[in-house]
Amino acid sequence: MTKNVLFKSLLFAASFIVLLICGGIVYALVSGSWEAFSQFGVFQFIFSSDWDPTIGNEHYGALSFIVGTLFTSFLALALCIPFSLPVSLFIGEYFKGKKIANFIGSVIDLLAGIPSIVYGLWGFYTFRGLMVDLHLSSEGFGILTSSVVLAIMIIPYATSLSAEFFKMVPNDLKEGAFSLGATQYDVIRKVSFPMTSSGVFASYILALGRALGETMAVTMLIGNTNLLPTSLTDTGNTMASIIANQFGEADGLKLSSLIAIGLLLFVITAIINLIGRFIMKKFAPTK
Amino acid sequence: MENPIIETNTPILRLNNVSVSYTPGKNAVNNVSVDIEENRITAIMGPSGCGKSTLLRAINRMHDLYPNIKTTGEIYLRGENIMEMDAMTVRRKAGMVFQRPNPFPTMSIAENVLAGYKLNGLRLSRGEKDEIIESSLRDVGLWDEVKDTLNKRGSFLSGGQQQRLCIARAVALKPEVLLMDEPTSALDPIATKRIESLLLELKKQFTIIIVTHNMSQAARISHKSMFMYLGELVEYDYTKKMFTSPTDKRTESYLSGKIG
Amino acid sequence: MTMTIKKIKDRAFFYGVCFFSFLTVVPLVAIIWELVSKGYKQINWSFFTESAPSTFEAMLAKQSGDILPGGIANGITGTLLMVCLAAIIAIPVGIFAGVYLAEKPKSKYAAVIRFIADLLQGTPSIIIGIIAYAWVVKPLGSYSALAGATALMIMMLPLIIRSTEETLKMLPGSLKEAAAALGAPYYTIVLRILLPSAFGGLFTGTLLAVSRVTGETAPLMLTALGSTAINWDVTAPTSAVPLLIWEFYNDPNLADMIWSSSLFLMALILILNLIAKQVAKKWRIQ
Repeated sequence: MTKNVLFKSLLFAASFIVLLICGGIVYALVSGSWEAFSQFGVFQFIFSSDWDPTIGNEHYGALSFIVGTLFTSFLALALCIPFSLPVSLFIGEYFKGKKIANFIGSVIDLLAGIPSIVYGLWGFYTFRGLMVDLHLSSEGFGILTSSVVLAIMIIPYATSLSAEFFKMVPNDLKEGAFSLGATQYDVIRKVSFPMTSSGVFASYILALGRALGETMAVTMLIGNTNLLPTSLTDTGNTMASIIANQFGEADGLKLSSLIAIGLLLFVITAIINLIGRFIMKKFAPTK
Repeated sequence: MENPIIETNTPILRLNNVSVSYTPGKNAVNNVSVDIEENRITAIMGPSGCGKSTLLRAINRMHDLYPNIKTTGEIYLRGENIMEMDAMTVRRKAGMVFQRPNPFPTMSIAENVLAGYKLNGLRLSRGEKDEIIESSLRDVGLWDEVKDTLNKRGSFLSGGQQQRLCIARAVALKPEVLLMDEPTSALDPIATKRIESLLLELKKQFTIIIVTHNMSQAARISHKSMFMYLGELVEYDYTKKMFTSPTDKRTESYLSGKIG
Repeated sequence: MTMTIKKIKDRAFFYGVCFFSFLTVVPLVAIIWELVSKGYKQINWSFFTESAPSTFEAMLAKQSGDILPGGIANGITGTLLMVCLAAIIAIPVGIFAGVYLAEKPKSKYAAVIRFIADLLQGTPSIIIGIIAYAWVVKPLGSYSALAGATALMIMMLPLIIRSTEETLKMLPGSLKEAAAALGAPYYTIVLRILLPSAFGGLFTGTLLAVSRVTGETAPLMLTALGSTAINWDVTAPTSAVPLLIWEFYNDPNLADMIWSSSLFLMALILILNLIAKQVAKKWRIQ
């Protein structure tokens, strides 16, 4: 049946396009960063915090931005957990299936739908003022501000995933514990949490992956300096924000360095996401 | 109960050394040879896992859909070896009704009846369409119940009605043979009875092979029965005779409830 | 541990959970409040029909105390253009690839493709911008709507593939068998039975993919760049609503436009998400 053969080839071709796109991405990133890596050497590039565009003596290195990215993302994760975990317990455990859980769930979904630039605007115009008032920062820019806003941004991802895991804990297991006189708190600690801990952990890894790549909000709040950030009030740049800021005007070695940073970001994000998905798959084959 | 000893309807379907395996080296159906009489109801009975559904599905080449399943042997429908025919042609000649009613959810009742034509790209005139819809639905006793709601989706129908719709869908294509894979096991007793009476009527037009795990169903409606056990065809005889004096010990054990 | 201490711990934990849960509502309310209160003033008919004002026009308006002239029509049309272009490719490729994956749960090749789709989904959008820059902007020699659409397409693809595969996997296997038993060839089974039955899930997945890319700024900065006028030429730089917001942010004279355009963007995304949810609910009940 030639029509069948044609159709099946069409399906295969569609799947192959995905492969091609991936290949194209790797090729573009690697070839684009070639100039920078061959000029500076891969390791030197990664571990150098220079960012000197003076013509004739250009020196670029990714370290400040790698640190900026990791600093803000991990901090954001740490800040998000105290909010995300209670909400996922609220939705997946205490009020599982009830209307109020749906309401909070919808609020979380709304938070997920807000575009990054809007978070950035709110952060810039409102939240920054708050940071200044609290004497946490002189102008409100910096690692801390960006991390807080980033934390708010990743709450939805962490929450909805971990809530699903809490929902999956079978009722009869919990009822067994209740019938022995346990409180809800006991059940969470002794039954639900042990069962879901890998899944919840994986959710946070994936949320981290999301934070690593966040661009607009961070660009607007981190202060855009190219020095290595060492404290919470320092300004700096992340890999994503330096690309966003300087890509438009860059060429030659600078452009190649930016693409190299992009390649590094791609690799880091891919690894984190892989780890997260791997844990998820091992732990929850149904998801 | 079927009229027992009147013989000599011609065999419309002949199976010759048919074997089916899911994993290499292990046959789910092993060397079955049997002649099926035209315009009769033939039952295939046996305990779970004996291969009865597997055998049935070999007749309309359903196993072709799953690459790890291998079928060997010959199956002749009116003299033609269906193993060598185009699978889709085979399926138009041998219609199947499944255990769980499965009308297409995106189609209306009328569209479901005509689904065989639509899916095969066979064109019908308006008059032909109406005629086929009405006669198929009348054949299954659904016409009066749905004639005013032909354009609605079938989701409001009861399980028994949905199953009769699926039978109508199968007979609309005017197949030679109707293959029924435990068609009433998901239905309540009243719906089951309706479908059994229906089959007794339908056999005047079609040859019916019915797989059933309910031996009293086989006793009620079939002319001849096959008893299968562990992939083998143990016994094939007139139903009345098999039930009253089975030849093989295994048949006897099954019928008296000792196995299966 | 006595019963009362146990009970206190339990209650305390519960109140803590509730407190923190409601606390998460706070940023949402704050953000929406800011957008609405600051943004409604600028929303009028010309908001939707006229292009963004130049910085000069804006300065004049501010001096005379008027609201800013113009609107975001160039952004709206740009977003529309690029999202449609992206969808034209992403939807069929995504659906067909999703069908392929659903039909081959065990193949190693399919596992690789699934893995790559996951990889793409987790890739930061700015990197996708770099890719589209390398693939389209450099060869073409200029920023363009085409490049922007390419970036958006790459972002939509994994979402559509996954939702197609998931939806198809949820269909009962008997559907396929019933169609096959009627003699239907494979392509008919997929196109006429499986995909229509999966329509709700596919539609939802598509809408969610669209709503996701509508709000993206970073990749468009590297590909479409922006333009001051309404542009339908796919090979020329094009604006988009998020890009305009970014321009407004960077220009003190145009700062007033920020809120109305953000409000619009948020409302758009919200509506798309709501429609997607409604469709998903209706379809699941059926």
